[in-house]
Amino acid sequence: MSDTPTAASPTPPAAMLETRDLARFFDVSRPALQRLLSREGRRTLRAVDGISFAIPKGTTLSLVGESGCGKSTVARLVVGLYGPTRGEIRFDGQSLATARSDPAQRSRMQMIFQDPYASLNPRWRVADIIAEPLRAFKLVEGRDAQQKRVGELLTQVGLSPLDAQKFPHEFSGGQRQRISIARALSSNPEFLVCDEPTSALDVSVQAQILNLMKDLQARLGLTFLFISHNLAVVRQVSDRIGVMYLGRIVESAASETLFTTPQHPYTRALMEAIPDLDMTGRSRIPVGGEVPSPITPPSGCAFHPRCPLANDRCRQERPELRPSLGAEVACHAVEEGRAILS
Amino acid sequence: MSLLELRNLRVEFPTRRGTLVALDDVSFSIAPGEVLGVVGESGAGKSMTGAAIIGLLEPPGRIAGGQILLEGRRIDNLRYDDMRRIRGKQIGAIFQDPLTTLNPLYTVGRQLVETITTHLPLNPAQARARAIEWLERVGIPAAAQRIDSYPHEFSGGMRQRVVIALALCAEPKLIVADEPTTALDVSIQAQVIALLKGLARDQGTAMMLVTHDMGVIAETADRVAVMYAGRIAEIGPVREVVKQARHPYSAGLMASIPPMDRRVDKLAAIEGSMPRLSAIPQGCAYNPRCPRVFSRCMVERPDLIPAGPTDAACWLYAPGAPA
Repeated sequence: MSDTPTAASPTPPAAMLETRDLARFFDVSRPALQRLLSREGRRTLRAVDGISFAIPKGTTLSLVGESGCGKSTVARLVVGLYGPTRGEIRFDGQSLATARSDPAQRSRMQMIFQDPYASLNPRWRVADIIAEPLRAFKLVEGRDAQQKRVGELLTQVGLSPLDAQKFPHEFSGGQRQRISIARALSSNPEFLVCDEPTSALDVSVQAQILNLMKDLQARLGLTFLFISHNLAVVRQVSDRIGVMYLGRIVESAASETLFTTPQHPYTRALMEAIPDLDMTGRSRIPVGGEVPSPITPPSGCAFHPRCPLANDRCRQERPELRPSLGAEVACHAVEEGRAILS
Repeated sequence: MSLLELRNLRVEFPTRRGTLVALDDVSFSIAPGEVLGVVGESGAGKSMTGAAIIGLLEPPGRIAGGQILLEGRRIDNLRYDDMRRIRGKQIGAIFQDPLTTLNPLYTVGRQLVETITTHLPLNPAQARARAIEWLERVGIPAAAQRIDSYPHEFSGGMRQRVVIALALCAEPKLIVADEPTTALDVSIQAQVIALLKGLARDQGTAMMLVTHDMGVIAETADRVAVMYAGRIAEIGPVREVVKQARHPYSAGLMASIPPMDRRVDKLAAIEGSMPRLSAIPQGCAYNPRCPRVFSRCMVERPDLIPAGPTDAACWLYAPGAPA
């Protein structure tokens, strides 16, 4: 690979999580015999292809992008559900592999999943679901202490200690997501990876969960990696945002900077595409085309087939993240000053 | 005259533990060429209303009361075969997931031609030409070649375009679109909404657009119905409902949408969750969550009453309500 990670800003001293040139490929080849018969080569899906970021302690980094951009793969890499094909992940200064092999370190990171219907065992009582990490990490001794801790956790996420004896099906989607959060908090983690935690929820309930997460972060000093496709949600929770397209970060900036001066044509197209509630009557120009396949990504800049600013250089040479107006942008047009910011 | 009219529609699900009322006293009408948005949380009855109109309620669900009229003619009591002729010809349907709507074993061309020849007096060759025309109109590049492709050969956004072509090709007067853009990415969503809106306007087709995405409604609909626990909480012109909802539920729903243009410290959330159909509280179903609840809400169920430019099912707009 020709690309080198662009560590544009010096890494803040107290990064909870840091990745350098992180990549994960999947082999999606057909079975060997079929390949032989139809004379095909192997096929590789580059889900994540060279991503570097750092999350300072106590802050939230969000990764946004459309389906297939690799954001959920990053979430799974960061908690060790997948191993990286290339690159490095450091958790609080140590390599992730080292951290994962030590239960005391492992208990410092937890994950919240998208679907609160699939992520809770329907045959377990809430008390057992929430206490599972307590048992796994041997954090409490005895049933009484366990029961007390489960009660505290339920109260912390806005449920009642009496809910501990119920089963998941007795709860609504929002309440189930609260149970997921209580389970994640039970090992006193410092770092939470949240993969689309509100996208399965109704909008009124989504607001409850987002408020809860912000509140918990303020009280417990949590660090979040937040994965979402919803820009409005991301704006509410993030300190910093990375916009992903086809396995790479195309723009990375502080939340307010990104929303006030989006620079990459893809970021701008994404913001443009969201129907607005203000009903200004402005006619939106939707970005044409669709996200290309990550198995056969376009040459040069992966966004060039859909980009209004693409030229020959964009078709041939892949842009790297470069500092630009307080953000980092991977775009030749921005770098050359061809992108007119309105 | 309105194209579609629902009069006091009631849908019930008989279960072993008693009868659940999924839709209760739902009335509204849609004029030719009008887009009515239907919003609400999951389980509010939005999709159920759509399914009742196109005659595809899943058993044991059944229409237990009220009427559905299409151009003044009742369609809720038709026999299966008669309803089948209306579906497709008079009413087109678009569902959320384009992959389950299309038959994976047939080419998209075959599915389009079948729909066209069933409902329009065209021979197969003419129908095929018409099908290609429709694929072009919904923005499928190289339509003449792609017509012989199978659904799996299209991407998600392209498949939803095929579904739209399928719903429109028999030139129905009404389209029931149930979450047509929910399975799509935002950049594709914008394309599909623009397409639907344009086609409906050009054809003069009326549309019932069911979605939980208020942004889509704000851009597309003329009027909005907000549903809660199987009933209409508020119905009125889109601008009024979005900007200045009268019913406390619609207002709460609008306020809980995270804003795009600024960061807020605490989002306005509606506490609690929608009641289950088996445990709908007495009086107004929203009373346990309502910030403006008063004594009457606890005992009497409100019907839609005029509340300025909209109609709201809320006692705040009845005479004698607390200020």
